[in-house]
Amino acid sequence: MDISSEPQTPDRADTRLGAPLLSVRDLTTRLAVESGVVQAVRGVSWDIYPGEILGIVGESGSGKSVSVSSLLRLLPSPPAIVSGSVMYNGQDLLTLPERRMRRIRGQEISMIFQDPMTSFNPVKTIGSQISEAIRVHHRSVSRRAARARAIELLGMVGVPSPEGRYKQFPHEYSGGMRQRAMIAMAMANQPKLIIADEPTTALDVTIQAQVLEILQLAQRETNAAIVLITHDLGLIAELADRVLVMYAGKVVESAPVMELFRQPRHPYTLSLLGSLPRLDVELDHLVSIPGQPPSLTNPPPGCAFYLRCKMSDGRERCWQEEPALLSIGAGPRSAACHFSDEMDGLAQSVTETTGVDVRAGKE
Amino acid sequence: MTSIATARLQSTGQTAEKSPGGTEILRVEGLKVHFPVTSTLLRRTLGTVKAVDGVDFTIAAGETLGLVGESGCGKSTTGLSILRLIEPTSGRVVFRGEDLTGLSKRSLRPYRREMQIVLQDPYSSLDPRMTVRSIVSEPLKVHRLYKGAARAERVDELLQLVGLQPEHASRYPHEFSGGQRQRISIARALALDPQLLVLDEPVSALDVSIQAQVVNLLERLQDELSLAYLFVAHDLSIVKHICDRVAVMYLGHIVETGTTDDVYKRPTHPYTQALLSAVPIPDPEHRGRKKRIVLQGDVPSPQNPPSGCPFRTRCWKAQDICAEEMPELIDRFGHGHPSACHFAAPPENGPAVPASVR
Ligand SMILES: Nc1ncnc2c1ncn2[C@@H]1O[C@H](COP(=O)(O)OP(=O)(O)OP(=O)(O)O)[C@@H](O)[C@H]1O
Ligand SMILES: Nc1ncnc2c1ncn2[C@@H]1O[C@H](COP(=O)(O)OP(=O)(O)O)[C@@H](O)[C@H]1O
Ligand code: SF4
Ligand code: SF4
Ligand SMILES: [Mg+2]
Ligand SMILES: [Mg+2]
Repeated sequence: MDISSEPQTPDRADTRLGAPLLSVRDLTTRLAVESGVVQAVRGVSWDIYPGEILGIVGESGSGKSVSVSSLLRLLPSPPAIVSGSVMYNGQDLLTLPERRMRRIRGQEISMIFQDPMTSFNPVKTIGSQISEAIRVHHRSVSRRAARARAIELLGMVGVPSPEGRYKQFPHEYSGGMRQRAMIAMAMANQPKLIIADEPTTALDVTIQAQVLEILQLAQRETNAAIVLITHDLGLIAELADRVLVMYAGKVVESAPVMELFRQPRHPYTLSLLGSLPRLDVELDHLVSIPGQPPSLTNPPPGCAFYLRCKMSDGRERCWQEEPALLSIGAGPRSAACHFSDEMDGLAQSVTETTGVDVRAGKE
Repeated sequence: MTSIATARLQSTGQTAEKSPGGTEILRVEGLKVHFPVTSTLLRRTLGTVKAVDGVDFTIAAGETLGLVGESGCGKSTTGLSILRLIEPTSGRVVFRGEDLTGLSKRSLRPYRREMQIVLQDPYSSLDPRMTVRSIVSEPLKVHRLYKGAARAERVDELLQLVGLQPEHASRYPHEFSGGQRQRISIARALALDPQLLVLDEPVSALDVSIQAQVVNLLERLQDELSLAYLFVAHDLSIVKHICDRVAVMYLGHIVETGTTDDVYKRPTHPYTQALLSAVPIPDPEHRGRKKRIVLQGDVPSPQNPPSGCPFRTRCWKAQDICAEEMPELIDRFGHGHPSACHFAAPPENGPAVPASVR
């Protein structure tokens, strides 16, 4: 295996998918807070291609939500200071006039949040909010046509008796139903890209199954690309085509889903896979990652994973030099670890990761 | 004995031979917790929420029983009422031979020492104004145990037991991460040398990497101190990993129970089958191979539960009898463990969960 020496965009080699729909480059977000400046997103680059599902995983606080809110310009400034570029249709979303950005949001790129209660207006009926979302972007559509379309959408996402439900307020819906209505609203204008931030985290597993089915249906109906943010590797395994693993505000690994699970190239990914209790595999012991993620107000020099990394074994390079996200081999993979090649042959499949002392790979 | 009687015995948990400790320490019989729904405006009772509606189980010393089910099915209420932190409406909670439901607050006190609870949210369950030392030593103070230097020593020992340093004792909860706060809660719960811990979603609020730390800690403590756990959770993968036996709840009832192995390999209640099938498997090689049962609709309100079988409004196997007769929690067809379904049967298309890849 070889690691090329120049930093590259993570997805460049993936020609199978044609030109990217959205290209994020060196996205950086700092948030001014009382105790200092939180470097929530520290130079993130990725592409998403038409029709694909890109999964983003990472523990809480790793910058998943802040990075997508930043690219949609949903964060108030101050406290947020965003830099980098987000190319979409030949234009940089970060410098677009707000008026044009508003057209793109909700029409071409829509968003599904973890808690739909915060994204619906509590004093307006669900139906009127969906019709409004349609009419804001399509002035020519009559009220009556928008209403009919909203009812059709509610029916499509499995809201029972959609005509009656059209007239109800958000609090009259159950959590799962609100999330389905949120998806209906996200589908309303046939978007090119849907960003779903932990769309099922607040839901029970049987309701999650319903919502996922609807999300897949939404993708079939609109052929939209989906960014799926989650901390659940199970969801990633079932839905994503490609995966980005985030840690402490950076992408530490990027790979097609099959390869990520079969042969992780970053020690953090490997430990994450090993720390999961599994329904399908008997594990004696869960791999626990010692310690906790570093502070983003004062991130450490060198590799952010250093203090928790078993593979580093205290090597100087790890705490002195920050590992860049480099592509691996010829395929569309990359990892940010100085010693990524030591992971060769370490974990042949996810079922073997547990109990593997990652140091065993180094000799 | 008739087969039904045998099955009943099993359902109330003749598990001695299956559990490591063997001796039963907790027996819950016919536990009901009903909450009145009152209107402050009309000053009258509008109805009752049957949060727990007739639950039986036992736990042996050193054993872990998992209580699983969807939000609102009554798991926490069950856990809290065992400790009488919520008063049961009826039923018996027998701890080492003594029925706790009849005891006065005062006579309950010695039993309180032996049963402790750890709550889900490590952020709100610790008093932010207290140091770790005063948090962990509070139960010792209440029960007037260990004086002066001995008490300080005991706190140090407890902190070390849960993987914290004695130096941490002078700090405040906000200085700790979620996983560390959960360790502090566990240290406090262990202060009085309990025999049973009720763990109410102890790792649900934690990230996976931290979750593993706490799960491993709980397993180690159980081995070292031969603790019994009632492990309340909605994450079926964690329950499988940590529990010897499991009870699946739906709308205030246990609908299926048995050893974790039996229930996960051969679930016979449609609800258990749906739950297990809905868990995403973190292995892309299984994608599309697992048959997912997608249930219709939501859990009905416990204020107005359906007649007959509580699951019938979402069950694809429901027949007329399901609306008329509440199915008993028994082993009807010799599947080896009790299940509250008139038509209990193993999954139609093989196991609900793909077999081990190994
Ligand atoms: N003090 C109370 N007054 C009225 N109803 C209550 C009270 N406490 C709980 N309930 C109701 O009792 C039912 C069971 O609640 P419980 O908290 O035991 O559920 P749970 O299974 O622990 O759910 P979760 O997974 O969300 O924690 C719910 O319908 C809940 O709304
Ligand atoms: N509005 C805000 N003000 C200050 N800090 C914030 C704000 N939102 C998020 N952060 C911080 O930014 C970092 C990344 O957060 P976030 O993107 O929400 O993480 P994730 O979605 O991966 O859980 C965290 O350290 C978080 O505490
Ligand atoms: S660079 Fe060093 S510390 Fe960072 S992940 Fe690689 S081996 Fe571990
Ligand atoms: S008793 Fe009837 S409704 Fe209830 S679970 Fe069995 S088949 Fe379904
Ligand atoms: Mg988030
Ligand atoms: Mg609860």
